[in-house]
Amino acid sequence: MKELMLTNQAIARGAYEAGVRVLSAYPGTPSTEIAENFAKFDGIYAEWAPNEKVAVEVAVGAAVAGARAMACMKHVGLNVAADPLFTAAYTGVNGGLVIVVADDPGMHSSQNEQDSRYYARSAHVPMLEPSDASEAKEFVKLAYELSEKFDTPVLLRETTRVAHSHGFVELGEREEQEIKAYEKSPQKYVMMPANAIKRHVTVEARDKELGEYVSTLTEINREELTNENEIGIVCSGVVYQYVKEALPNANVFKIGTVYPLPMTALKAFAKKVKEVIVIEELEPYIEDAMKAAGIDCKGKELFSLQGELSVVKILEKFGGASVPTAESVPARPPVMCAGCPHRGVFYVLGKLGLTVNGDIGCYTLGAVAPLSAVDTCVCMGASIGMAHGFKKATNGESKNVAVIGDSTFLHSGVTGLINAVYNQSGITLLILDNSTTGMTGHQQHPATGKNLLGQPAPVVCLDELCKACGVKDLAIVDAYDVKAVETAVKNAIASPEVSVIIAQRPCVLLDKSAKPKVKVENCRKCGKCMKLGCPAISKTENGIVIDTNQCVGCEVCIQVCPFHCIEKA
Amino acid sequence: MMNILIAGVGGQGTLLASRVLGRYALLSGKDCKLSEIHGMSQRGGSVVTHARIGDKIHSPVIWEGGADMIIAFEALEAMRAKHYLKKGGILLVNEEEILPMPCIMGAATYPADIQSALKSEIENTYFIKAQEIATEAGSAKATNVVMLGCLCKLFGFDKALMQQAVAECVPEKFRELNLKAFELGFQRV
Repeated sequence: MKELMLTNQAIARGAYEAGVRVLSAYPGTPSTEIAENFAKFDGIYAEWAPNEKVAVEVAVGAAVAGARAMACMKHVGLNVAADPLFTAAYTGVNGGLVIVVADDPGMHSSQNEQDSRYYARSAHVPMLEPSDASEAKEFVKLAYELSEKFDTPVLLRETTRVAHSHGFVELGEREEQEIKAYEKSPQKYVMMPANAIKRHVTVEARDKELGEYVSTLTEINREELTNENEIGIVCSGVVYQYVKEALPNANVFKIGTVYPLPMTALKAFAKKVKEVIVIEELEPYIEDAMKAAGIDCKGKELFSLQGELSVVKILEKFGGASVPTAESVPARPPVMCAGCPHRGVFYVLGKLGLTVNGDIGCYTLGAVAPLSAVDTCVCMGASIGMAHGFKKATNGESKNVAVIGDSTFLHSGVTGLINAVYNQSGITLLILDNSTTGMTGHQQHPATGKNLLGQPAPVVCLDELCKACGVKDLAIVDAYDVKAVETAVKNAIASPEVSVIIAQRPCVLLDKSAKPKVKVENCRKCGKCMKLGCPAISKTENGIVIDTNQCVGCEVCIQVCPFHCIEKA
Repeated sequence: MMNILIAGVGGQGTLLASRVLGRYALLSGKDCKLSEIHGMSQRGGSVVTHARIGDKIHSPVIWEGGADMIIAFEALEAMRAKHYLKKGGILLVNEEEILPMPCIMGAATYPADIQSALKSEIENTYFIKAQEIATEAGSAKATNVVMLGCLCKLFGFDKALMQQAVAECVPEKFRELNLKAFELGFQRV
């Protein structure tokens, strides 16, 4: 039976069929749906971890205990999880271990465009890269075989165009895997120097063996020869699909194991073609490795290091396309939803002229005009550390605050807060608690009271957590109450101690209950409400109008209007 | 090979429309790939979803100048996506206009009379009051299914199979409403 599946769903299916028992993940576009779909199967265990490092550690533990395990994350999540990854490469596994990492060329929903393939090379962990949903499911199964055969974690890399595309997938049966017996082996699992030195030798030997082995995997590292002595294209992932469409008659070498690269097979391919061209998104990862191995090839002199490739971009280089250009029309950037509880908070921070150290989530949109309130955004949790750094650099003079979400605070913000308390910077932190992981599509986390399956779970109480970190000045406000937010912020920035304000209100997309709407009378066109950047409010010649289809009745505009022209309807 | 590009604003239900097309492909025994973007752009930004149906599909993404049809859920998004259309392709546009933030703020101007501009440039342009029709069927949220009804008629898709695809892709309690929206779209275009 075949089914049309999102690749992330196919990966979950592959894990299920491969007998995976334990999956741990932190949400991150474009990887989130793997855990969500895996959780739907019976007889398995799946969870949201507070961050990717924990997720990988859980999976490593489950694998060492003898079960097949998986951890999933987006590319920047692998930075967080890099610590266990590099050393799990030394310990190896017992039951198979696969770590899925989803890169985002073009940055559809990310803060950078890093290329995770270098992690595989650097950690000496094999990495597979499928090019569509059907292949993804098969690659997951192969990844578990490799993991157990070579006693190593295996990375599975996908990019947005693979992760978020659908294709037909043939369903298979689950093959139950017995839990392998765990045997105490400190030489293998206790990575202190004396043991790790020996394991590093094992890792290098494994790497060498794998390097030869992957050239024999001719199903996934395969030549598609059509015209010998013509150009030969080397590619992997979704780029393979673009190449097949743009240049259907070209010689192609499709790489399935991006680490180790099948160099023996690639050398053989290079001898059969006139010229080798590597087509890859982001970094010249394959190209550099091939050149280092003595294969003459071209790559990044033809294609960009930035953004996604496409059929047309490939055709352009081979003289076959004239690309129709897009009409120049007003941009439509993403915006905070009408009724978003973050809006009033950023309005206040902007009004008070504060420097705002922001973080990763929907509230990053507080940087966009007209709110234009956010000054910095680097990575998850960075808001708090950066706010502390601002204070220390300016002897406490800087007028800055840190803003972070509830899920993000638990992900990696809390350590920053501990640092600020411990090292006494007197920062002000606003935790925008919307009771969910918003941007990725509403996943549960340790403070929502529910687990991945939606079952009741113990709640991490954010205010108690802050107090336990040593915070003495703490206020809880309703995010829709503009005045209360303003008062709390003014008090906090005046305090010499670390102050935390928890602004509570569930994400507006979660709460769909009908609410009272608002109406406008005798608008004086002062423009104050327009500074909220609410998509439901627009300007006309006769003053502002509020789109009743979009308005959810948050009443923030009522509080902002100085002439009381906006009222409850 | 059939390439259908669905353009709209995050939150308008473009994902459901592509899933219905995927289901239609399955029911008609064709290969299919869909490509969509999740995450930040879903918060009111421009979104495009690609649906490709044929005997063997490689790329999940339609290339510029390669779409047989564009379904635009919003007029400005039709303007933004029109370079994807093949010569002789069909452009179906929901008449609804949603102001993007730069236009709301007055930093940019929403183009006047998109309808005549598109009609004079692209021969097979159809405008439809899909949201109004969906409301008539019972819910403005069925705008996407109204558009699918139009597509079915304009493209000559197998109507019974499309109806089955719609029925299988929507929650049971909204099935009747959506089938009505589909029928109205089919008739009014």
